[in-house]
Amino acid sequence: MKTASPPVTAVTFTGKRRAEVAARWVSLTGAAAILVVLAYMIIQLFQTSWPIWKAHGVGWIFGSTWNPAGGVFGALPFIYGTLVTSAIALVVATPIGVGTALFVSELAPVKLRRPVASVIDLLAAVPSVIYGLWGILVFVPLIRPAQNLLATHLGGHIPFLAPPSPGPGFLAAGLVLAIMVLPTISAVSREVFLTIPRDVREAAYALGSTKWEVIRMAVLPGARSGIIGGVILGLGRALGETVAVLLVIGDVSAISKSLFAPGYSMAAVIANEFREATEPLHIEALVGIALVLFVITVLIDMGARLLVHRTAARA
Amino acid sequence: MKAPSTRRKLVDRTMLALMGAAVLVAIVPLVAILVEVLLKGIGAVRGLGFFTQAPPGDPTSPAGGIGNAIVGTLLMVAGASVVFIPLGILGAIYLVEYGPGTRLARVVRFFTEVMTGIPSIIFGVFVFTVLVLRTHHFSGWAGALAIGLIMWPIVVRTSEEILVRVPTTVREASMALGIPKYKTILKVVLPSAAAGLTTGCMLAVARAAGETAPLLFTALGNQFMSYSMGQPISAMPLEIFNDATSPYPAAVARGWATAFVLIALILVLTLVARFVTARRGG
Repeated sequence: MKTASPPVTAVTFTGKRRAEVAARWVSLTGAAAILVVLAYMIIQLFQTSWPIWKAHGVGWIFGSTWNPAGGVFGALPFIYGTLVTSAIALVVATPIGVGTALFVSELAPVKLRRPVASVIDLLAAVPSVIYGLWGILVFVPLIRPAQNLLATHLGGHIPFLAPPSPGPGFLAAGLVLAIMVLPTISAVSREVFLTIPRDVREAAYALGSTKWEVIRMAVLPGARSGIIGGVILGLGRALGETVAVLLVIGDVSAISKSLFAPGYSMAAVIANEFREATEPLHIEALVGIALVLFVITVLIDMGARLLVHRTAARA
Repeated sequence: MKAPSTRRKLVDRTMLALMGAAVLVAIVPLVAILVEVLLKGIGAVRGLGFFTQAPPGDPTSPAGGIGNAIVGTLLMVAGASVVFIPLGILGAIYLVEYGPGTRLARVVRFFTEVMTGIPSIIFGVFVFTVLVLRTHHFSGWAGALAIGLIMWPIVVRTSEEILVRVPTTVREASMALGIPKYKTILKVVLPSAAAGLTTGCMLAVARAAGETAPLLFTALGNQFMSYSMGQPISAMPLEIFNDATSPYPAAVARGWATAFVLIALILVLTLVARFVTARRGG
């Protein structure tokens, strides 16, 4: 609950009263400035990319060929790459994130709780570029033999695992993203579990439940929408992650069914091509992709936070 | 009361083991990364020159260092902090002191949270269109602005959480003595929250120092030692980014060393901030 500040006393002199009013307005400006800047960002991105929206409507985003040299701009390969890597990241990170949160809030002895939680949160402090560096120089060579093995033996039967598997690709990027997204899901789930009142758990124990049954029946149901909120927050993060994905996904603008194949993502293509984009249309296309990414992540983020707030408020 | 059946016990044990396994799976990458950065990074730091010299002109040479990157990061972070830390604290002051409960405060608080989730590259694109396109060159100022925009919501949120914890009694006592509200905030509330505010800023700085994407087309990077913010300037994350894909082993080694320095900086800031918060019962 936020503490309310007591009202200004009536015994201030005019000069002090003016200073008072000024202080109020100055701080209000500081707060409102955030809204102004956010609005300006959307407007500016839209304005810069306007020509390409005007010329090609909304459909150009779903074109499947991206060829700046030839003047063809279709963003579908990037949307595909972004979605696939984010999906992999969530599928891997959600069980692990929820599992660690359950461990910290339900299983761990009280002394262990803070340290374990802190260590997991430390994953979030590592900069994206270092994940990328480690990803391309250590992680990818590590999983390449396994990928090749799966590809050669199972690739004929399962299209997801088809060769070629040069190393960098959707799966590698998805796994690195999973590590990066994991602390978000874990932290939100942990907070949500803490809001479940003790009585619910104790009632379940009183009925003779095992620890897991208590979790399954008493803790998880009430926490469900909060966990979903955390997962969606993680999704928002995964969608926008740039440098780590850029270094590990292979940077090939192609749509491929195989998880081992190299691909591209929206954030990665913006990062890679922006510096050398000289033609206005190229820049406009990239800014257009940025606008789409911006709107999608903001909407997803807003939805996730509303979900989490609502769960916390209900408790 | 009947004891749980063997099947239930088995399920119980399995699920609990899985949860423990999840924790291990989560911790392994962190340890792996830190160890790797430490091992590969320390080897490439050859003496103090590493911190003061720019990279060598010859990419195959292991000489030189990342002095330009360190200077660039420090300059841009300082530039961003000078503007956006006071601005952020000001916003937090409104949220806690002058406007709690108002609709504006609720909206600002919500969108500040949303702003922390915006991909950092979007800020880079925004600053590019607003500053770089108009002035026709990349610069340290553009990089500082991009980093500052990322720091801003973090400063607001952490400051808000700290200011809210200052007990009302402190404010009331001050006003009972006849001190006007704005002076109360300035001379009583802020100083008592100073430790918490500092740690919040340290976390914001730690985050800003590690960002790469917003710098790619604002500060651009610079191979040479430069103290000029009006020109392209290097930064540690940019250095790591360029070295990660370099075909020259000497450059890659430099990348690991830079990663080591960067992560040491971030870890120190983060752990000190956490330690201070924990000690004060945060």
